[in-house]
Amino acid sequence: MSELTFTLLRLGYLVLLWVFVLSAVAVLRRDLALRSPRSRKRADDGGAPVAAPAPAASSPAPARSSGPHKLVVTAGPLTGTTLPLSTSSILIGRAPSCTLVLDDDYSSSRHARIFPQGDQWYVEDLGSTNGTFIGDQQVTSPIPLAPGVGVQIGRSVVELQG
Amino acid sequence: MTSPSSTVEPRQRRPLRIAEVFLLILALGGGIGGFAMVGLSIRGELPDQFWFRSMLLAATALVAHIVLRLRAPWADQVILPAVVLLNGIGLSMIWRLEISDATGMAPADAAGNMQATLLGAIVAFALLWVLKDHRWLRRYTYTAMVVGLVLIALPLIPGLGQEINGARIWISVGGFSLQPAEFAKIAFAVFFAGYLVTNRDTLALAGPKIFGLQLPRLRDLGPILLIWAASLAVLILQRDLGTSLLFFGLFVAMLYQATARSSWIVLGLTLFAAGALAAARLFPHVGARIDVWLHPFDAEYYDREVGGSYQLVQGQFSMANGGLFGTGWGEGRPFQIPYAFSDFIYAALGEELGLTGLAAVVLTYLLIVQRGLKSALSVRDGFGKLLAGGLAFAMALQVFVVIGGITRIIPLTGLTLPFMAQGGSSLLANWIVIALLLRISDSARRPSDLPVRGQVSAGAPAPESEPILVGPSGADGGTPADGTPAAGSNLPRRRVVDRDPHGAPGDAAPTEHIGTDVPPEHRGGESR
Repeated sequence: MSELTFTLLRLGYLVLLWVFVLSAVAVLRRDLALRSPRSRKRADDGGAPVAAPAPAASSPAPARSSGPHKLVVTAGPLTGTTLPLSTSSILIGRAPSCTLVLDDDYSSSRHARIFPQGDQWYVEDLGSTNGTFIGDQQVTSPIPLAPGVGVQIGRSVVELQG
Repeated sequence: MTSPSSTVEPRQRRPLRIAEVFLLILALGGGIGGFAMVGLSIRGELPDQFWFRSMLLAATALVAHIVLRLRAPWADQVILPAVVLLNGIGLSMIWRLEISDATGMAPADAAGNMQATLLGAIVAFALLWVLKDHRWLRRYTYTAMVVGLVLIALPLIPGLGQEINGARIWISVGGFSLQPAEFAKIAFAVFFAGYLVTNRDTLALAGPKIFGLQLPRLRDLGPILLIWAASLAVLILQRDLGTSLLFFGLFVAMLYQATARSSWIVLGLTLFAAGALAAARLFPHVGARIDVWLHPFDAEYYDREVGGSYQLVQGQFSMANGGLFGTGWGEGRPFQIPYAFSDFIYAALGEELGLTGLAAVVLTYLLIVQRGLKSALSVRDGFGKLLAGGLAFAMALQVFVVIGGITRIIPLTGLTLPFMAQGGSSLLANWIVIALLLRISDSARRPSDLPVRGQVSAGAPAPESEPILVGPSGADGGTPADGTPAAGSNLPRRRVVDRDPHGAPGDAAPTEHIGTDVPPEHRGGESR
């Protein structure tokens, strides 16, 4: 084996080691990117971790064709988070068992509930400390919620969208 | 209205682990390439059994990859390739020293180490297959403590223990010699994790405060003092500085992880400094290590027959000869370092791969440690956090102690470089550590059924989702009570909401209902 071949092999081997290290670092970087909030939002839009809307025939369900399809957080720490609507109610608060878990110090652990009935969605306050508001008005009892109307929960605002 | 079929997709797709395949190919290229270059350089041809040995290594990696895909699909994808690379480089170097025909290199045994690697990988991936959840180990917290103490006591039993080069850390069973301390490391990590996850609050919060340091109560310290005494006993009775340092470091680091009290670090370092100082005064072999560390080039220490600096200085010359890019596989003279195949394999690699190669090797260790600590951060149970953190820290400390000793940052102590140095116990134990880290990282990265704070719940909604009836005439299901706009019409924005709740029997009940129906698995989860 000639001197030149050997030198090339020797340096090539070191290059190989560093290609390994740098590729591994690239894998780690991709890992970090997957966990950033921006891509988390994308993952939620893709709907992979959430149940797709599946109205059962027997239960009263909002009309899929006209009614809202998703709940969107439009203000607060979780701005941009969306959640597809199904026939079941959505519990909003800080408790881990809520459907939408807010990372918001001004919301109660079980703050409010948004639920379907007939063709309408309703919002109900669950005895929260800081209250649930639609515009300036506090929600004291279940009231219908139309798409595009913001509901203030702590520092967050959620609304239904079509 | 049509009723679409249910398309619930509660779980993310299982990862295909493509990145791992790609990195494994590079890692195998590193290991097998080194092996081939040794043969080409020293003998001018590929080593005998080159294809067989290479395929064996590749098959091991492939089987490990398949086991991971089947049993731990979310496990970290960098750990396995990093280990395969280090192991391959280590085997190549041991074989390179074996065929150098230097007299001191007679015990170098690449084939034996290859068998140990295979055994280690088989045991590790069998463990990964069987152990579906790392929390299962928590049941054996105190068993692990007893096993650990028995393991470190074994070499002291006359007839079983063997004394080699002044340190009594080996046992010989049926012709094989084992270093039980390597396995005790794992047992102690399991014990500390299980013990501290239960007792960390009393350790962190109860107790007197002295000089701004929160000290723990004495009675909470019982088992911990026992382990501290054991690690000192290793130092005194078995005269093994490295193992003692490793146990003690593991112990302080895990206490700090569990309690987040810096007083533990201060306390631990003080105790260790006191112990080390006393040991240096009392035991000549420890004192000699420190002299050799400080003055390796003095003729007095260099020429000393036992405990001299000859080995250390040869290692330094080797690394100096390697320079920035190394001499290349098979071109240096690393066989002049005593124990180049085990204790000083790092210096041997320094000669043939140079600083560039050594930096890549150290970074590869760093990758493994970082992945371990990352798993510790993201896993959801306290036991897993402590275990992964402890094992990753132990590996980092072991690498630091070995490399620090060889490069004269700290006094030389007898520990093995994980996955590289020759030694079956070390390989087997470290492969088991890797299996545990992979298991914990799988659990850390597996998509959760529980909603994480700030995230949308995965899976089907909880059973609380039954719609409540609004208004007194709820049976018709479509028309809300008087005082609200007609159902189906858009609510005008900023409309005053003043529905009178009188006579609505369904109003109070749902709230109460919601308060009680937390699914049981959501309760009592460990929050940290």
